[in-house]
Amino acid sequence: MKLSEMSSSLGYTAVQDQFQDRDIQHGYTSDLLSDVMANAAEGSVLITIQAHKNAVAVASMAGIAAIVICNSRPIPDDMLETARSECIAVFTTPKNQFTVSAEVYNRLQAE
Amino acid sequence: MNPIPIDTEDSPSFLMELIYRLRIRDVMTEKVITVKRGTPLRSVQAIMKENGITGVPVAEDGRLLGMISVDDILQALDEGHIDDRVEERMARNLIVLEEDMPLSFGISYFDKYRYGRFPILDRNKHLVGIITSRDILVALLMEFNKEVEKLESRIPPDTSTTPSSGTSREFAVRKFDFENAGKASFEIKKICKEHIANSKAVRRVAVAAYELEMNLVVHSNGGKIFFSLSGDTAVIETVDTGPGIEDVDQAVEEGYTTATEWVRSLGFGAGMGLPNTKRVSDDFAIESSPGGTRVCATIRFDKGDQT
Repeated sequence: MKLSEMSSSLGYTAVQDQFQDRDIQHGYTSDLLSDVMANAAEGSVLITIQAHKNAVAVASMAGIAAIVICNSRPIPDDMLETARSECIAVFTTPKNQFTVSAEVYNRLQAE
Repeated sequence: MNPIPIDTEDSPSFLMELIYRLRIRDVMTEKVITVKRGTPLRSVQAIMKENGITGVPVAEDGRLLGMISVDDILQALDEGHIDDRVEERMARNLIVLEEDMPLSFGISYFDKYRYGRFPILDRNKHLVGIITSRDILVALLMEFNKEVEKLESRIPPDTSTTPSSGTSREFAVRKFDFENAGKASFEIKKICKEHIANSKAVRRVAVAAYELEMNLVVHSNGGKIFFSLSGDTAVIETVDTGPGIEDVDQAVEEGYTTATEWVRSLGFGAGMGLPNTKRVSDDFAIESSPGGTRVCATIRFDKGDQT
């Protein structure tokens, strides 16, 4: 799945859309950032409710390509700024982590 | 009353310069609430209560005649003469300061005499202000603030990095500074990306750097990160100024945490930091005492990986 399909196909809103439209093969769902660092695969989509710039830092260190913020959690501007400078896509959705995980998973499995 | 804890002889030179440079007039409150000789003590009590003050000069036509303190009021209440005129009960032997005096005089007066305030006179013996230890505190804080701002403006914009040569860097990390947390790691990752072709190795260095940086932010009193990259080895070393890890063996076990609730709500403090760092490192060393903790993570990669 191309990163851009997160919005075009799955309907999540891209709030930071300055990114390289790379191919996504993995997803990781966690609100525990150290867990993300330890276990998320490179090039993953991170599904979380941690909407602050430390989440972007973790994503950057772990080589994560995109973050989906669930439950329409408010996203501070400085998070988007950091994401922009690190070229990490940020999406938002009213859906919860369970639903988003399922949607991303099914989409990836279908390929 | 406690003395003002400023040693007017052996304090740091900035403070000494400050208390001699500042004049009483720079520090005092100019708007003085005064009462007249004929004011009843009961009215003085009301004035004190209304204005949250504990002493009032008695003055007429700018001339200082006496002082009435809350102690005089209490005594008057106790002895039943609260309806007396001020002039019958006011203190007449007054210790005053002059507006031209350096602040150091004010500080030593507060230490020397047990008064909560001093009236300030100008050269013509006119009442021009009043000073309390609060005024001194405020003035000193403002001056210190100005000085700190001046010093900060001299520091280059990126305060977290000190420019050093090649692939050896040093970063300062402050306690609970979540605003800047990760800046050092971003920088370290950038350096690695420029020099190492193997993205897995870059990731290992970035993870170790970030976990160690967050440890400094979350757990230490502040510290430094030293990073070096040479040949086929990256070394990240953090040194902090305390408070030390009580049980180092436990700290490197997954799931052990001493983080507070709010740190955890940010997604940190799950007790995975040191275990994560250890896992991505080829060599990992930690030593800790109440005076500080030192962690050293070494990551090796194939020589061919370095560009």
